[in-house]
Amino acid sequence: MARKLLLEHIDVAGINTLEVYRKQGGYRAVEKALKKLSPEDVVDEVKKSGLRGRGGAGFPTGMKWSFLAKPEGKARYLVCNADESEPGTFKDRYLMTNIPHLLIEGMIVSSYALGANTSYIYVRGEMMPQIRILEKAIAEAKAAGFLGKNILGSGYDLELYVQPGGGAYICGEETALIESLEGKRGNPRIKPPFPAISGVWGCPTVVNNVESIAAVVSIINDGGDEYAKVGIGRSTGTKLISASGNLAKPGVYEIELGLSVEEFIYSEKYCGGMANGKRLKAVVAGGSSVPILPANLILKTTNGENRLMSYESLADGGFATGTMLGSGGFIAFDEDACIVRNTWNYSRFYHHESCGQCSPCREGTGWMEKVLHRLEYGHGAMSDIDLLVDVAKNIEGNTICPLGDAAAWPVASAIRHFRDEFEWHVKHPEKALKGNYGLAHYADPLPPVVVETV
Amino acid sequence: MLKVTETQEITFSKELLKQFDEILTRYPEGKHKSALLPILHLVQAEFGWVSTPAMDKVAAYLHILPIEVYEVTTFYTMFFLQPQGKYVLEVCRTGPCTLVGAEKMMQHIEKKLGVKEGEVTKDGLFSWRGVECLAACGMAPVLQIGPDYTYYEHLTTEKVDALVDELKSKKA
Repeated sequence: MARKLLLEHIDVAGINTLEVYRKQGGYRAVEKALKKLSPEDVVDEVKKSGLRGRGGAGFPTGMKWSFLAKPEGKARYLVCNADESEPGTFKDRYLMTNIPHLLIEGMIVSSYALGANTSYIYVRGEMMPQIRILEKAIAEAKAAGFLGKNILGSGYDLELYVQPGGGAYICGEETALIESLEGKRGNPRIKPPFPAISGVWGCPTVVNNVESIAAVVSIINDGGDEYAKVGIGRSTGTKLISASGNLAKPGVYEIELGLSVEEFIYSEKYCGGMANGKRLKAVVAGGSSVPILPANLILKTTNGENRLMSYESLADGGFATGTMLGSGGFIAFDEDACIVRNTWNYSRFYHHESCGQCSPCREGTGWMEKVLHRLEYGHGAMSDIDLLVDVAKNIEGNTICPLGDAAAWPVASAIRHFRDEFEWHVKHPEKALKGNYGLAHYADPLPPVVVETV
Repeated sequence: MLKVTETQEITFSKELLKQFDEILTRYPEGKHKSALLPILHLVQAEFGWVSTPAMDKVAAYLHILPIEVYEVTTFYTMFFLQPQGKYVLEVCRTGPCTLVGAEKMMQHIEKKLGVKEGEVTKDGLFSWRGVECLAACGMAPVLQIGPDYTYYEHLTTEKVDALVDELKSKKA
């Protein structure tokens, strides 16, 4: 049974308007929370739900909320992280475009729970069309009395604003986002203090991903216990997966956590297999920064069990043979994809996006890009492969924010699982320039079959 | 890099200043520096880029130092510090897009427009550049054009040609 808690009404015509959204039961969570529940009750429901941050880190949302300091006389802020920039991830853009009121409703309920009277949705600047959509939705919600003073006669006041970014991946990191919201360069802050103690303008702040906040709506409507029944184990609820790369049907899918990777890739209900009848070579399962896995390891764990789309199953085997669910940016590579070229592309991205504060990241990402470039373009030496491993190791864990790790993991994992392809580039530069290494031993151990789903 | 290439005074229209004033109401008192990014987007939409005199004027409006504006515009990639074509085609060049032909699209755009990345066509209509992930990987390859930042998805060389021709004909 595949339940949909976020995108249930996504195909209803006009669902982007308040009128239609309300007809589908929209804003019930605001009514319930503000009229029947205390802010503490809302926090408790979210804790019970087991919801984990959907931006990538997977930290329990309810616990994050309970850390928020509440000093007398100081404002508290909720900031929604809509700086979606992790390569392979486009679910938040999809959600904001098609069902903006779900985010607005989640913001109202969440702000109420945290005692915030002013909240911001920080949207990456490139998403100007989505900023306009959200501003329109906010105006509609305000006109209907769901925002502003004394909402639904509850005595609770909330103003909600949209803040544009300026084109910087790093602003998806919560303290960089806060800096940016203050009108500064997006340089991550040293923690502690954590935003829960000192965030925007030195005030206690919670930063949550779009999808996490949207999930709060069904948690309040149905109760945290009901939400926790969906999914598998500690991976409760549903997750939006952004599917891209060489798939027959790329796009955004809401899955119940625990779905098998095989079913997600090959069933007609989801990605419909690989495009153009090609075979699967590798997958990056959670956005560009998580370790890449060859086809055999993404479909089955080393114990021979089916790999599932859940926080735990994807991480099974640690980084040696596993990966992470991350943001749910699921990028599939077919037999024609070049792992060296792709790794170079990712390294260029992280070098471009490093804020430059920490030397290991600023310099290390540049070196990885350069070395990968020469490997890809036929000037590499065998020693370059170990050099890359060494540089990656020296970045990882040695920076203020996780961008350093995010840059190191794709390189380290590509070499871990595809070393022979790197060596082939060194040994046969003229072949590497003209063609591809192909599937080799990474081949999908399964024929591309269609899994029947009910 | 910030290079001063324009020193001519510019003026912000009444309408533009009214929009600045509205933005200021979004933040608590004394926290007006937060208005910097939204204001810079409006300035770029109006003038096509962000010149040094424009930045100085924004600084004066917000009662902050010019350097506080410069350090922001040089950090965020969306702000153009040099004049651009009227239409800037920003093509995603990151991993997922390259798996389905983004590099081919960029080569085609270079050929179609006859200018290299970052250069402006003689008629002043176009420039183009590769940008990092635009969060539209499932609709790749993709490009966007400011100041509305409309997305053009599932690009093919034919679609790019049609788009460029359509924008050209708008001029007439």
